[in-house]
Parts: sequence; C-alpha cells; structure tokens
Amino acid sequence: MRRLGSTRLGLLLVLSWATAAGAGSITVKGSDTMVGLCQRWAQAFRAQHPGVRLQITGGGSGTGLAALVEGATDVAMVSRPVAPSELEALRRRTGVAPVVVEVALDGVTFFVHPSNPLRALTPAQLGAAFGGRVARWSELGGPEARIILYTREATSGTFEFVRDHLLDGDDFSPMAQPLPGTGAVVSAVSRERHGVGFGGAAFTKGVVPLRIRLGDDEVSPTPETIRSGRYPFSRALTFVLAGPARGETKLFLDWVLSGQGQAHVGAAGFFPLR
Amino acid sequence: MTPMRELLEPATSRSATPPALAAQRRAARVDLAVEIAVTAAGVAGVVLLGLVIVFVVRGALPLALDPQQRAQVSLDALLLPQPGRAGAALLWSPTARVPRVSLWPLLAGTLKVAGVALAVAAPLGVAAALFTSEFAPGRVRTWVKPAIELLAGIPSVLLGSFALLTLATALQSAFGFDFRLNALVAGLALALAVVPLIFTLTDDALRAVPPAYREAALALGATRWETAFHVVLPAAAPGVLGALVLGVGRAVGETMIVLMASGNAAMVSANLAEPTRTVAATIAAELGDVVMGSTHASLLFLLGAALFGFTLTLNVTAGAWVRRRLARQAGGTP
Repeated sequence: MRRLGSTRLGLLLVLSWATAAGAGSITVKGSDTMVGLCQRWAQAFRAQHPGVRLQITGGGSGTGLAALVEGATDVAMVSRPVAPSELEALRRRTGVAPVVVEVALDGVTFFVHPSNPLRALTPAQLGAAFGGRVARWSELGGPEARIILYTREATSGTFEFVRDHLLDGDDFSPMAQPLPGTGAVVSAVSRERHGVGFGGAAFTKGVVPLRIRLGDDEVSPTPETIRSGRYPFSRALTFVLAGPARGETKLFLDWVLSGQGQAHVGAAGFFPLR
Repeated sequence: MTPMRELLEPATSRSATPPALAAQRRAARVDLAVEIAVTAAGVAGVVLLGLVIVFVVRGALPLALDPQQRAQVSLDALLLPQPGRAGAALLWSPTARVPRVSLWPLLAGTLKVAGVALAVAAPLGVAAALFTSEFAPGRVRTWVKPAIELLAGIPSVLLGSFALLTLATALQSAFGFDFRLNALVAGLALALAVVPLIFTLTDDALRAVPPAYREAALALGATRWETAFHVVLPAAAPGVLGALVLGVGRAVGETMIVLMASGNAAMVSANLAEPTRTVAATIAAELGDVVMGSTHASLLFLLGAALFGFTLTLNVTAGAWVRRRLARQAGGTP
C-alpha cells in the first residue's frame, strides 16, 4: 500500500514537471552579439506574458545553429547569412524547411586603442591588416609598431561576416588572436596600445571606432549610415527556426517584430528594422 | 570466506557470551559490506577510465574509417606543410573555406607553454620542498607548507584572470613585448598552478627518506646542504620524479589559464613573446561549437586522444623508471 502511494506520488511529480516544462518555455541560443538584445526583449516580453519562460544563452552563431540541428534549442540567434549547407542539415534533421527571420540591423565596427592617431581606414587597408599582408601600423600611416590583431573565435557570426566581407573569404592572418565574445575583444584592444579588433556597433567602451574611407568619403557607423547601407559593414541579425513558428515561439517572434519589440533594439545598441 | 567463519564460530561461541557473539557477527557483516563497497569503487574507477578511452577513441575513429572524412583529412594534411596563399605552411583553421588541420601549431604551442611552466615550476617547487623538509625550523614549516598548498586550491579561472588582466600588462611594460598575451604570460601563470603540486609531492618524498641517511651523512662530515642535495634528494628521486611527471601532466592538460592568457593564435614559432594555441585550449574553445559527427569534431577527439596518449606514455615510462630505481635501492646500491 505504502509502495503504491509513493509510486503514484513519483508519477505525479514527473507529470507536473513535464507540464511545467511544456508550459511556455522557449530556449534561444547563438550569437554573442545578440545576447544582450535578446535579454532586453525577454525582460519586456515576460512582463506582458508572465507564463512564458525564456532561456537565452550565447556561444556564437555557429553554436546556435549546431544546437538547432541537434534539437537543443527552439531559436538560433544568427548574426551572419545562413549557409545553404546549414539549411540543408536542418531540413534533413526535421524534414521541414527552416525559417530565417531578420529581427534587427547591426554595423560591424573596427576599433583601435585611443592612443592610436589613426581615425579612418579604407576596406582594402583593413583587409590587408587582418589578412596579414601588412604587419606594421606605419604602412597604413600610423605609428612605427606591429599591428596586433584581435578576432573572434571561428564559430562566431561576426568572424564569418568580416571574413566574407573584408577578406573575400580568405583566411585571417595566423597571428590574429581569437577571443570569445565582442566584449573580450573590446577589453583586449582597450589594453593593447597597438591593437585593432572588431565587433558589433553596440560595444565601444575604452576604444575608438574607425571610420571607413570610401574614395573621398569617410563613413562612421551610425544608425543612418547602417540603415541606408552606406556604411559598408552592415548586417542583418536574424532568428533561425527549425520550421514555421508555433505556440509560445510564434507569440515571442511576432512580438519582437512588432513596434513594441523593435522599440528595444536601439537601447541595446543596434538598429530597428524600420 | 564463509567456511572459514563456520570453522571459527564453534570455538568462539563456547567461550563468548551470546551478546558478544552477536557483536562479532555484526562486525563481520560490516567488514564484508565495506569490502564490497571498496571493491566496487575500485572497479568503477577502472570502468570509468575504460569508458573515457572508448569515448575519445570512438570520437576520433571516423577520421580513419569514414570514407568522407578520410577524403577531407589525409595524414599529409595533419602532418606536412600545406600549400597556401603565402607558400607552404603549417596552419590550424578547420573552419576556413579551405580547412587547414595541421597538428603542429597546437602541439608546438602546448610544448612551449608547458615548457615555460615546468622550467619555472620544477626548480622552484623542488627548492621550496628542500627548504621546508631539510632546513626550515618546525614552526616555519607548519606555516609555509599549508600556505603553498593553499595556492593549489585557487581555481584556474582566477589564475587565468590574473594573468589576463594584471600579469600580461606588467610583463608587456617591463619587456616591451609586441603582443600583450603570449606564451610566456600563459606559461608563468601556469607555473603558479604547477608549483604547489610539485612542491607538496616533493616535500612528502623528501620527508619519507629515513633519518639514518641524514645522520650518516652528517657523521661523515657533510654540511647540511651537502646532505640535503647529495644524499636526501637522490634518495627521494623516485618521489621527486613522480611529482615532476604529475606537474607535466597538469601543465599539458590545463585549459582555462592557457585559454585566457595565451592569445590563442595557432602559429608555429619558437618565440615565447608571441601568442600561441595549445591542444587543450583548442578542444575547449571549439568542441562546444561543432556538430557531432563532423570532421571537425573527429579532429578534436583526435587531439584529445593525442593528449591522453602523451600523459599515459609519460606516466608509464616514469612509473617503470621509479620501479627500477626502487628495486636497486632495496638491493642495497643507492
């Protein structure tokens, strides 16, 4: 009799846990650049939908997509174009066409230490530096010192975006030091007098963002230049789902794209879609 | 075991009163239970080790068996310079458009960082142990030993942060390094983690040398230093070697400190002032981001297997040396 009671109790516990987990829990994983933005969204969204729980973790766009393929997350945050091979892997895993939704805009900023006199470079100069073809600042009109390159780990969307848009798909210099997260790159460059790094426009504490010189023009990463596409290193931040959004995930996605959701984008340092 | 107990019981039951007998039986039961528990723990340890080996090897095996992965990664690609934009080179960038998977940058990086750590930690740890065991007055020893051992308890992420934020800046301004984060910074931070390990094990080994050795040496007119360095240290050599081997193992396998302080650029260079990427840091940085079953994942398991193979070989070789040495000492020729 006693045993029967405890079994029943155990079953009840398992059932209640299962329903609790099912009742409005959304996992979001991926781009470190997007974690801060998504946390803002989650906070505001939770205030309106207290029943829905959001779990947001970073790790990089590649990590988010890998988790989506493994079925370990509902939404992948991706800060670069999704490769056809990745879409194919998702389709093979689920049998449904995956969905990619733009949720905000960002400009990749290149930045240097405040003591560096350089304030603007051409894409070709930046490409030569990060590709390892130019090793000293003096070759770019700067001080007589070696260029210390900081990049992101190879799975980050920012890394792939810069590789594809600045280096035309070529490799970074083997001397480039990969760091986990844009925050780490900013912090490293703020301590390295001859350092240069890149990251989302949202982070620039302790470093100086470079203007991009295009012909006679110098373009700063500002909301206007990024939304108009005049700033050359702008990109879309996206959510990737394994299939059409359903239930709580759809509720969240619709809210993010609504005027209410987009109102939080600016505060996180990015640019709303409209 | 049971027949033995039955044989013994009549003899004891005649002299013992019934409560004493019951107590004896209880003790026997407890004994048996403890024996089973201890055996189970031992077996579990061996089984777990076996499972880890199977896990690592199985992860790396597709590189040799899967035709698709074999086509992507040849032995040449792993070991020989591959043609690149700037001539033939040894590069590790497995996610590039044209993946490059040379193992040399990572192996060289591991040796560089571990080499710096050992070059600093081995003499420091052994010298500190010589001091506490042979020279320090009892009261100093009771303070110094726990203090150094406390160092071993510092989480490596804290040592890594210290290296990343403070040590790197200090070394750069002192020596004018081009790169703030480099193999030297990582190696020195790693030494902080290895010193306590070498120190405490060496100290134990030195203390285990019989006092008669010291008395004999001093009686023959040796100074305290001569006694410590030429008599006690050689007599404790097997234990000291064991300490060094464990130190190497820690230095090669340590992940967090190196990940934070080494700069993680995968390049082959002998320059200690340049950034470097180790095997362990590569596994830590990349394994979370790969799709299981991909070539990249298999490569990371291969790195894990290499790391494991290295420490295993080191332990076995050192173990064999220690046993030979101990046998010789027992035979009477120290």
